Amino acid sequence: MTRPDTPMQEGTVDEIHKGAVDEPVISLRTVRAELGAKPVLRGIDLTVRRGEVVALLGANGSGKSTTVRAVIGQVPVVSGEIDLFGVPRRRFRQWSRVGYVPQRTTAAGGVPATVTEVVASGRLSRARFGLLRKADREAVRHALELVGLADRAKDPVDALSGGQHQRVLIARALASEPELLIMDEPMAGVDLASQEVLADTLREQVSRGVSVLLVLHELGPLEPLIDRAVVLRDGCVLHDGPPPKALGQHALPGHDHVHPHDDADADHLRTGLLS
Amino acid sequence: MDLLSYPFMQRALLAAVLVGLTAPAVGIYLVQRRQALMGDGIGHVAMTGVGLGFLLNSSPVWVAAAVAVAGSVLMELIRWYGRTRGDIALAMLFYGGMAGGVLLTALAPGGTNAGLTTYLFGSLTTVSASDVTAICLLAALVLLVTLGLRRQLFAVSQDEEFARVTGLPVRALNLLVAVTAAVTVTVAMRVVGLLLISALMVVPVAAAQQLARSFAATFAIAVALGVTAALGGTTLSFYNDVPPGATIVLLAIGAFVLLTVAATPLARRRAASEARRARAARVPGPQDEAEYDLATAEGTSGGAHAAPAAGPSGRPSGPSGRPRP
Repeated sequence: MTRPDTPMQEGTVDEIHKGAVDEPVISLRTVRAELGAKPVLRGIDLTVRRGEVVALLGANGSGKSTTVRAVIGQVPVVSGEIDLFGVPRRRFRQWSRVGYVPQRTTAAGGVPATVTEVVASGRLSRARFGLLRKADREAVRHALELVGLADRAKDPVDALSGGQHQRVLIARALASEPELLIMDEPMAGVDLASQEVLADTLREQVSRGVSVLLVLHELGPLEPLIDRAVVLRDGCVLHDGPPPKALGQHALPGHDHVHPHDDADADHLRTGLLS
Repeated sequence: MDLLSYPFMQRALLAAVLVGLTAPAVGIYLVQRRQALMGDGIGHVAMTGVGLGFLLNSSPVWVAAAVAVAGSVLMELIRWYGRTRGDIALAMLFYGGMAGGVLLTALAPGGTNAGLTTYLFGSLTTVSASDVTAICLLAALVLLVTLGLRRQLFAVSQDEEFARVTGLPVRALNLLVAVTAAVTVTVAMRVVGLLLISALMVVPVAAAQQLARSFAATFAIAVALGVTAALGGTTLSFYNDVPPGATIVLLAIGAFVLLTVAATPLARRRAASEARRARAARVPGPQDEAEYDLATAEGTSGGAHAAPAAGPSGRPSGPSGRPRP
């Protein structure tokens, strides 16, 4: 993917980490948010620096999704500050730098649409007046190649499996060639084959210096990619640091254990691909 | 073609073509947003506009357009802010609009509910020359919006949350769809009638979905069906002296039934060819035979399409994707 306006595209992840004094891509300072009258976020501090992969972990109802939705402006913030690329979120306009992957349930229209049509809507942030030029079509095709769905470009999204649908949503986010990926439970309900394609795609993006903030229920196959884990509980930050390996993600409060495929073969394949 | 020798029929047919074009063009976005009945609500509100037009003794088309636009904006605002019991608020708006129309018509000098009936069910003979001008202008506006902004409207209707993160003015676009739907209702009310206009917004789209696999094809087929049904219904109603609105809607529903029946074997054939393709994709490539075994094992448990995803062509960066240091 060509990224003409990204100054750090030549750098490896390590170089970027050394220069971490750079402005953060996401910065939340004592953010409070309410849903209805119920406080959901109670003073969240969260920073994602350039090139970093940060996982948001926590039990259901701990405020993971609300945090992400506050970052993209879907949840009104009661107090605190949110900056994107050093700009207060309210004044932030360069949305083509952000690729957002919502939870899969939100993206179903009542009319059939092809994979290409859905992915092309992710390119609108770069296409002027909504016109898709040759370069835009090329970017859409490339995004589909990245998630391994180029051969299904003309199929209706309804005909895809859950995991393939999730890959379409990730291709849609990649179509604008973003510098920051924000993903809400990208692995939820995704079959193992798709999980590996997703892990590959993400690793490829990270190797280009793309920053990632993702909500995860458990670290799973993405674990080797994750630089830092932020664990939430009751709308507060419980842990901010290396992924909680010693503790183990299975010991997180309220964790309910669901694996798409729970067999020995799956584990074998997973380690083989990601080691 | 003695049909075309009557000026009122020329006007009616022109109006029918425009209605057939515009109603599905807006309706597809309403269906995509799962607000298929919004057109119905706007139609009810527009009745108050018609009554007001009688009362003020001015053109009911323009007054109805103004009131329908106001009503649609109100409905959109209720959708944003009235999260609790939005359906009740909408119901108030629907019935209030209908009652207001009947009351205002009765209050109008010389106003009878017979006059209102032509707006409720459509009437060919009443499409006046000035109506045709209004309908042409409004239809041009509707087509400009629904075609010119199709990518933006598609994105917003498909996934509102994502559209906001691409920087699209989601609220403005939602309001635009609502206003465009309101305009379409007033364009169509002379031909199809206010009570049936929603059918012409929804039924051609539903029928097109039976055949189409893409949004673009759904749009094209729905508009083609809309125009065909509108022209056919108008012509039939001329020869048989039946209300055009009802004839148009029944023709559209007939097309829906026909296409649904015809599409069943089509869908079955597609499913079969897809299964064949999935099987073909599972043939192992020489370079990753070991993976193939696992992929097939996964494929049997992970749905029909899981295997090609892990197949030879499926992974762009592949196992050789750059590992992180």
